[in-house]
Amino acid sequence: MTNIPETGRTPRVQVRLVVIQILVVSLLATLGGRLWYLQIREGDTYAKEASGNHVQQVVQPAVRGSILDARGVPIADNETRLVVSASRTDLMKMKDDGETVLTKLAGVLGMTPKEVQDKVRLCDAETPQPCWNGSPYQPIPITDEATPKQALQIRERAEDFPGITAEPQAVRRYPAPGDANTAQVLGYLSPVTDEEIQQAQDSDSPYLRSDQVGRSGLERQYDKQLRGKAGVTRYEVDNLGRVMGEAENDPGRPGDNLVTSIDARVQRIAEYELNEAMKAARKEHDRNTGTNYKADSGALVVMEAKTGRVVAMASNPSYDPNAWVGGISAKDYTRLTGKESNYPLLNRAIQGQSAPGSIFKVIPTAAAIQAGYSFEGPYECSSSYSVGSQVFKNFESKGYGPISLGRALEVSCDTVFYRLSHEEWKKDGGTKPKKNANDWFYKTAHEFGLGEETGIDLPNEVTGRVPDRQWKLDYWQANKDAWCKSGKKDGDYAEKIAYENCLEGNRLRAGDSVNYSIGQGDTLVTPIQMATIYAALANGGTLYNPTVGKAVISADGKNVREIQPEAHGKLPMSQKTLQAVDGALEGVVTRGSAAWRFQDWPQDEIALHAKTGTAEVYGKQTTSWFATYTEDYSIVMTISQGGTGSGASAPAVRKVYNALYGVSEDGKIDKRKALLPEPQKDLPKIGSDGSIDAPKVDEYPSPEDRKKAAEASAQPVVFHAPAPTTAYPDALAATANTPSGGNRDARRRSARHGDSRRRRIPA
Amino acid sequence: MTGANSFSVSRYGPERSGWARLFARDSLARRLDWPILLCALALSLIGTVLVYSATRNRTELNQGDPYYFLVRHLLNTGIGLALMVGTVWLGHRTLRGAVPFLYGISVLLVLLVLTPLGATINGAHAWIRLPGGFSLQPSEFVKVTIILGMAMLLAARVDAGDRQFPDHRTVVQSLGLAAVPIAVTLLMPDLGSVMVMVVIVLGVLLASGASNRWIFGLIGTGVAGAIAVWQLKILDEYQINRFAAFANPELDPAGVGYNTNQARIAIGSGGLFGTGLGEGSQTTGQFVPEQQTDFVFTVAGEELGFVGGALIIVLLGIVLWRACRIARETTELYGTIVAAGIIAWFAFQSFENIGMTLGIMPVAGLPLPFVSYGGSSMFAVWVAVGLLQSIRVQRPLSA
Repeated sequence: MTNIPETGRTPRVQVRLVVIQILVVSLLATLGGRLWYLQIREGDTYAKEASGNHVQQVVQPAVRGSILDARGVPIADNETRLVVSASRTDLMKMKDDGETVLTKLAGVLGMTPKEVQDKVRLCDAETPQPCWNGSPYQPIPITDEATPKQALQIRERAEDFPGITAEPQAVRRYPAPGDANTAQVLGYLSPVTDEEIQQAQDSDSPYLRSDQVGRSGLERQYDKQLRGKAGVTRYEVDNLGRVMGEAENDPGRPGDNLVTSIDARVQRIAEYELNEAMKAARKEHDRNTGTNYKADSGALVVMEAKTGRVVAMASNPSYDPNAWVGGISAKDYTRLTGKESNYPLLNRAIQGQSAPGSIFKVIPTAAAIQAGYSFEGPYECSSSYSVGSQVFKNFESKGYGPISLGRALEVSCDTVFYRLSHEEWKKDGGTKPKKNANDWFYKTAHEFGLGEETGIDLPNEVTGRVPDRQWKLDYWQANKDAWCKSGKKDGDYAEKIAYENCLEGNRLRAGDSVNYSIGQGDTLVTPIQMATIYAALANGGTLYNPTVGKAVISADGKNVREIQPEAHGKLPMSQKTLQAVDGALEGVVTRGSAAWRFQDWPQDEIALHAKTGTAEVYGKQTTSWFATYTEDYSIVMTISQGGTGSGASAPAVRKVYNALYGVSEDGKIDKRKALLPEPQKDLPKIGSDGSIDAPKVDEYPSPEDRKKAAEASAQPVVFHAPAPTTAYPDALAATANTPSGGNRDARRRSARHGDSRRRRIPA
Repeated sequence: MTGANSFSVSRYGPERSGWARLFARDSLARRLDWPILLCALALSLIGTVLVYSATRNRTELNQGDPYYFLVRHLLNTGIGLALMVGTVWLGHRTLRGAVPFLYGISVLLVLLVLTPLGATINGAHAWIRLPGGFSLQPSEFVKVTIILGMAMLLAARVDAGDRQFPDHRTVVQSLGLAAVPIAVTLLMPDLGSVMVMVVIVLGVLLASGASNRWIFGLIGTGVAGAIAVWQLKILDEYQINRFAAFANPELDPAGVGYNTNQARIAIGSGGLFGTGLGEGSQTTGQFVPEQQTDFVFTVAGEELGFVGGALIIVLLGIVLWRACRIARETTELYGTIVAAGIIAWFAFQSFENIGMTLGIMPVAGLPLPFVSYGGSSMFAVWVAVGLLQSIRVQRPLSA
């Protein structure tokens, strides 16, 4: 056998063996190259993927902080619902993938086993809803409407329900204590967007995909504080999701509570009386238009005069903020934002602007003093004032003869201010202004804080407008093309105006200065601006930034951060002038334009100051304004297309003062009935367990008053909506809160409180 | 055929003492191919460690004993070594006479898989369950008998000196011999093994010196067949997706794509030196399925890194390189063909196995020679090593 000839090997086989060897080497080289590519070149990428692979987070969402009124009554809090959840990770460890447990659970919850199983299956392309599309490591909610009995059954027999939990969970709720719903001030929440998640990713309070974000009002302004921080526990898991160890535990932090200066009782009264006043206005006949007043919107602000804190802020039309909870329906959304809605989401107190009318007159008064005129005058209060061919009439064409500025305020004499403003305008050079024109009347308005935000801690405040020379020019430049197109020399009123504007709209004309002096024309103010100004008149001249938030208190009550009042200016008035104006405004109440509304008011005990305003708006009915202050409070109210200041608004404002100070209609003061004779100073106490000792909010009007009212008129009382009656069809057209809208609110409320589907248990 | 009693050449030399005999130039020990033996042993031992790391906390598999697989893998290696020694003892030439018998038995075993005695493990109906919890994968042994059987047929007349190359008739016969077990394996279906067997057939034909027409004809037929299967939609889309998922895991994200993805992550995250034995999060987290068998290379990739992975490839490379030398140096065609068949087998199976974990080959259920856990495979590859050793031992001493 050793003698096998060497020639047995043919070259062909030998060549082929070399080919095989080359193939083998190249295969192995391929493997080596690929191995290098994966491990060395791309190694970092895969290392990252691997670490993401085996770490899973379980997120414990932070409970959103409550919004409390000044006494600790929650006006936005969280409702506890019993949520039964299943841990998929635990179920999958069982031999039958948890089928037995889920079937048993279905029995307890009164569901079919299939319903329950569908809820815990994971969503993918082929699985239709219901299915779970969140993280499989997160407990999957099966129902959020479990009864306490069901929850107990599950908890007591924990060994029968491995992987199942029945925990109370927090859902936002706007409880409207005493029916003060405070809707626009509170704002609302809606789910976080991808963009926001991206933006907040690296901040100290990042969003979760399930988060709700404040979209307006306090919910938005104080979103960061209210939101808190979710707790995150990172687990190392294996491929089946079995937990191998806890990698990291970030306990999170519940949201802070926001204490506001709102007093739910006063807020309720403000809302109720505003609504009542608007209802009453709709019954008043407007001589100018020949129809009843539409009273389409209104606002009422109650402010602490010495701090700028907002005690109540009512805006009408209103809505139920609970409509946003759990996702707003398309139908509700249209009702709240659609063209026919009259925009109940708008907070008219800071976002509604209109000409102020005579409540503006304190500004030309201060301006006149600044310009060098004396307070005492006398100034001629004629029944009309002519500028060229134009005749500007006094209100109701009354004349009072030569009077002081104080008396001019009391009786709201327009012509005195016409004359002063016109004179100043002439001094400044008229339509061809001097280089350094004083513009006292306009400068003073700016110094009063008009034409800019007051700086209230609510989003999207509007600025109003001071129609000075600069504004005229800007406005003309923006609009001249349209005016020049539509303007006609001999057309109707609007066309004539457009024609005039086209020619000389860039200039401050004499008529502009006259109109401006009594808060008409292009002047726009917001109720909050006027409340700030009247509060400043009360407090000696300091213009405070209005605030609603009073303090941010941690959930355990230990960390209290008070929000201190800040000023943004001083009234340009000497103490002497202030006192003189103060006296005049007191005169408005005792013998001036508002006196008829404040008969029997205990003026000696509670010095009340007021100014009425009735602003004319082209093409609309007059705006009713009523601005007032006492030592501690300033209250401003307005009703769009509501009539006169004293006629439409004064009674409601008096009702608020009555409640604050405990004054009865006949002027007697009952201190026990006074809700807030002095502003609330102390902050509510929050216990270390998060409990808040909140007092009760009484019904308003009280049941007896309500009964009396019901007897007096068979009108039903509808809350949260101006609810015009069918007798006024044009009012109906102007508002979205039709009677059915009111009913809708009532239905929702009853559904939340009474419907068995939404059972609640104490946390 | 030379005498079946001549497994060792030392007998023919002068009488010497035991030690001297052992280290004599022509002694069995000196003639053994030690690099192959040592590399194969090293691969088996590395495999032991990797199998242990992959299974120590897979309680559902190891019956609570973390060393269950370690011990068994060592035992398999020991049995494999014994089989190698036995094979060398008998010698490949002696076995040549027994080839028809061995072939018959192996085909019978493969057929048995299709009877109720067969068992399905991991989707392949390729097993025979034996009493005592053991199971047998006959397709592993068929790989050996196909090589031996084809080599016997193809080399017979050439080694007898009748012809320079096997004639067409012989080639057809040998192909028929291979076709029977391949067809049965295809029915199981154990596509991975079929692929290996086809490559073995190609390697055997190549080394036999059979006409180029056969080689290219076979390759051409294979390619045409694949195109036909693809174009005529003989397979369902999901089957094709499953096949193509190695390149694009999205095609079968829950199945093969998942394996591919997790395997790639495991290996990729290993870096240069790996996480260290028992430290790999992919391995301890059991993200890679079948990690002690088909995907054992991912343990090396993650825990031993590029260094460990490359070491395995280099060790396999040494085995194959030496095997190529053996194939070239033996003078009888029978030995050459057997060696070439083994090379084709080891090379392709290693390439396919490691390639699928690296995402460059489709996923197929094939063990990595010596490293993967599994008795049948271990025994078969050690028998193959025995055959290689026998061929080397019995080659003529170079002048």
